[in-house]
Amino acid sequence: MKYDVILSGVGGQGVLSVSAIIASSAMEEGLQVKQSEVHGMSQRGGAVYTNLRLSDSAIYSDLIPVGSASLILSMEPLESLRYLDYLNPQGQLITSSNPELNIDDYPDLDTLIAKIQTLPHAQVIDARKLALEAGSGRAANMVLAGAASNYVPIKPETMEGYIRKIFQRKGDKVVEINLKAFHLGRNA
Amino acid sequence: MPEMVLLGDEAVAMGAIHAGISAAYAYPGTPSTEITEFLIQHSKKQNGPPAHWCANEKTAYEAALGVSFAGRRSLVSMKHVGLNVAADPFMNSAIVSIHGGLVLVVADDPGMHSSQNEQDSRYFADFARIVCLEPTNQQEAYEMTRQAFDISERFHIPVMIRLVTRLAHSRSVVQLSEPRAENKLEKAPNPNSWILLPSNARRQWHGLLDTYKEMQQFTETSELNHLQLNPNFTDFAVITTGLAKNYYLENLPDIPSQPSHLHISAYPFPAEMIRTLAANTKRIVILEEGYPFVERFIRGVLPTDMEIIGKESGDVPAEGELNPDNIRPVLGLESRTGSSHPDIQLSNRPPQLCPGCPHADSFNALKIALADYEKSMVTSDIGCYTLAALPPLSAIETTVNMGASIGMAKGASDAGYFPAVAVIGDSTFLHSGVTPLIDAVAYNTNMTLIILDNETTGMTGGQPTILPSSRLEKVVLGIGVDAEHVKVLNAHHRFDEENSKVIKQEIEYKGLSVVIAVRECVETAKRHKREGGKA
Ligand code: SF4
Repeated sequence: MKYDVILSGVGGQGVLSVSAIIASSAMEEGLQVKQSEVHGMSQRGGAVYTNLRLSDSAIYSDLIPVGSASLILSMEPLESLRYLDYLNPQGQLITSSNPELNIDDYPDLDTLIAKIQTLPHAQVIDARKLALEAGSGRAANMVLAGAASNYVPIKPETMEGYIRKIFQRKGDKVVEINLKAFHLGRNA
Repeated sequence: MPEMVLLGDEAVAMGAIHAGISAAYAYPGTPSTEITEFLIQHSKKQNGPPAHWCANEKTAYEAALGVSFAGRRSLVSMKHVGLNVAADPFMNSAIVSIHGGLVLVVADDPGMHSSQNEQDSRYFADFARIVCLEPTNQQEAYEMTRQAFDISERFHIPVMIRLVTRLAHSRSVVQLSEPRAENKLEKAPNPNSWILLPSNARRQWHGLLDTYKEMQQFTETSELNHLQLNPNFTDFAVITTGLAKNYYLENLPDIPSQPSHLHISAYPFPAEMIRTLAANTKRIVILEEGYPFVERFIRGVLPTDMEIIGKESGDVPAEGELNPDNIRPVLGLESRTGSSHPDIQLSNRPPQLCPGCPHADSFNALKIALADYEKSMVTSDIGCYTLAALPPLSAIETTVNMGASIGMAKGASDAGYFPAVAVIGDSTFLHSGVTPLIDAVAYNTNMTLIILDNETTGMTGGQPTILPSSRLEKVVLGIGVDAEHVKVLNAHHRFDEENSKVIKQEIEYKGLSVVIAVRECVETAKRHKREGGKA
C-alpha cells in the first residue's frame, strides 16, 4: 500500500500542522512516512506545500512522482490547482473555498471555484464557516483534516487522538473546538 | 532501540549529539538552520553541549577548530554559500592535524529555493582533499554524522557532510543507537602541526597527500559506496550520488531488467569501483544531485568507447533539482501523466514581506527620499528585505552576497555615481557588513548606508542577532563614522515623512552617513509576546 498526499496552501496557513496530524497518525498505525516540507523564503506568504508519503513498505523519494498522489488537500482554492500534475487522475482533491488574497492578480473567485468543481473528484469546503461553527475560525485546518480523514488510510480515531494530544496543553475547550471542527469537516 | 521522527537536519544534529560533540557552531542559513535550532533546544532542555549562533560562518568554523585543538569533538554547520565565507579556515583546517573530530555540515540548495546559487559543496571537499559523506535519507544522515567524527579522528582531517534541501527539510523515522561519551580535554599533542608556517605547512601538505591515498583506500572498501553488478544486463549501468539514488529506486520497478548500479556516498569517489562497473557495460548513466561532479572526472577529455550519459551530455537536466520524473527519459522510461488542469490562469504567489513588516516602511521612506533624484542607486543584501526587489516596492537593485551592498555602494560612489545608497539588515551587517563599512570610513566615501534593524535574523525564522540591536549604533560610531551623520529612526510609516527627510539630508551630505531604521520584526515580536505570555 502506498498513499501520497500533497498538502498545499500559503505560508503561514498551517499546512505543516495538518500534515503533521496525518503523518503522526499514520506512524502510530505502523506505516512508514516521509514528509517533505518547505522552510525558508517561501514561508513568507508564498505558495507552500508538503509532500506526504505513507506506505507499508520502504519509501525512497521524498518527492511525490507525477500522477501518483491519491489526495490533494489544500488550505486555499487557488493553491489547490498548483500541483494537479501530481494527482492521480482517480485521486481526490479537497480544498477550502476561502481565498488568501495577498496577490493582485487573484482570479475571479466564483470562476475559480466553478473550475475546481469541474474536476472529477473535487470537494470544496467552506472551512472557515465550519470552523466558526465549531467555535473558532482558527480551527479551519482541523475542518480540512476531518475532510481528509474520509480518504487517508488511517482510522479517524487515531487522528482524533493526535488532535487531543497536540491541543491538550491549551485546555479542554480548545481540544473540544478542534475535535468538533474535525467532525464537521468529516461530515461536510 | 529508541526512534525519533526527525528532519534530515535534525538527524544530523542527533548524530552529532550521539557522537559525543562538546560544542556546535553555525550562522543561520536555509536549509541548514534547523540543525542548530535542534542543538540549542537540546542544550537548553537536556543540558546538552553548548550550541552557539555565531557572527558568520567563518567565526563559527574557527570556534569549531578551537574545540578540535582542545581535543574535543565539534560540529559546524552552514548553507552552501556560507562555506564561501568560511573557506579560509576550512581549506587550512585540512592542512593541520585535526585532533578532536571536526565535522562540517554543508546544506546545498539545488533548485535555489532560498539561495542565490546552487554551488555543489563536493567541489570544496575535493579542493581541500578531505572526505565527504553524502546521506540519502534521515537514517543515513544520523549514522553518517556519527561515522564522520570517527573518520575525522582517524585521518586527522575535517569531514564534510553534504546535505541538500530536500533531505534537510524532509522528516522521517530514525533509529538511534547508543550514545558515545565526549572526548577528554587534551590539547593536540604536536602544536607544530597547527602552526602553518611555510616549513610546517609544507610538511603537513605532504602528509595530507599521503593520507589522501588512505582516504581513497577507505572509500574504495567502505560500505558507504555500494556496487551491485548484474552481468546478465549490459545495455547500460547506473551511477547515482545523493538523492538521485532515491529517485532511481523509485523508478526501478518500471525498468525491465535491473542494471548494474554503483551508489556513491563517500568521497574521494571510489575509482576502482567505477572501473569495475564500466568493465560490465558500454554505457553509463550518471545521476547526481548537484553539479556533474563525478561525471566530469569520468568523462575526462580523451576519447573513449564508453558512452557517458549525464548532465554534461545534455541528457539529464543540468540545473535545478533532480526528481522522480526528470530522470525517466535517460532510463528509457515514458513520462507519467497526472490530472489535467482546468483552464484558468494560475497566478504566481511569490513570497513577500509580512503585513506590517518594518522593512516595507523603511523602503517607503527611502523611496520618498529618492523621488527627487533623476537617477539613484540602491544596492542591497540578503535577508527578508531582499523581497523588496519585487513589486510593489521594487526598491532595491542588487543582491549578490552577504555584506556586498556596502562595498558595492562604495565602489559605485568611487566611480562617481551619486546618490549611492546601500541597504542591509542588522544581522547581515554584523555578519559581513562591518569590514566594508570600515573601508568607507577610511575614505569618507560619499554614500549613505541604511541598516534595517529588525532586531532579529528574520528570513531564517527569527534567531537572535548576535549583538543586541541597541549596540549597532555604538559599533558604527566605534569604527569612526562621524557622529553627526549617524541617525537612528523609528521604522514606522507614521514617521514616513520625517524619516524620508532625514534620509534625504544624509544623502545630500557629501561623505559617509549611516541611518539605522529600528523596529522589531512583527513575526519575532509575536513570538516574544507568546513566550512572554507563557512565562
Ligand atoms: S519575518 Fe519579520 S522581517 Fe521578515 S518579512 Fe516578516 S516581519 Fe519582515
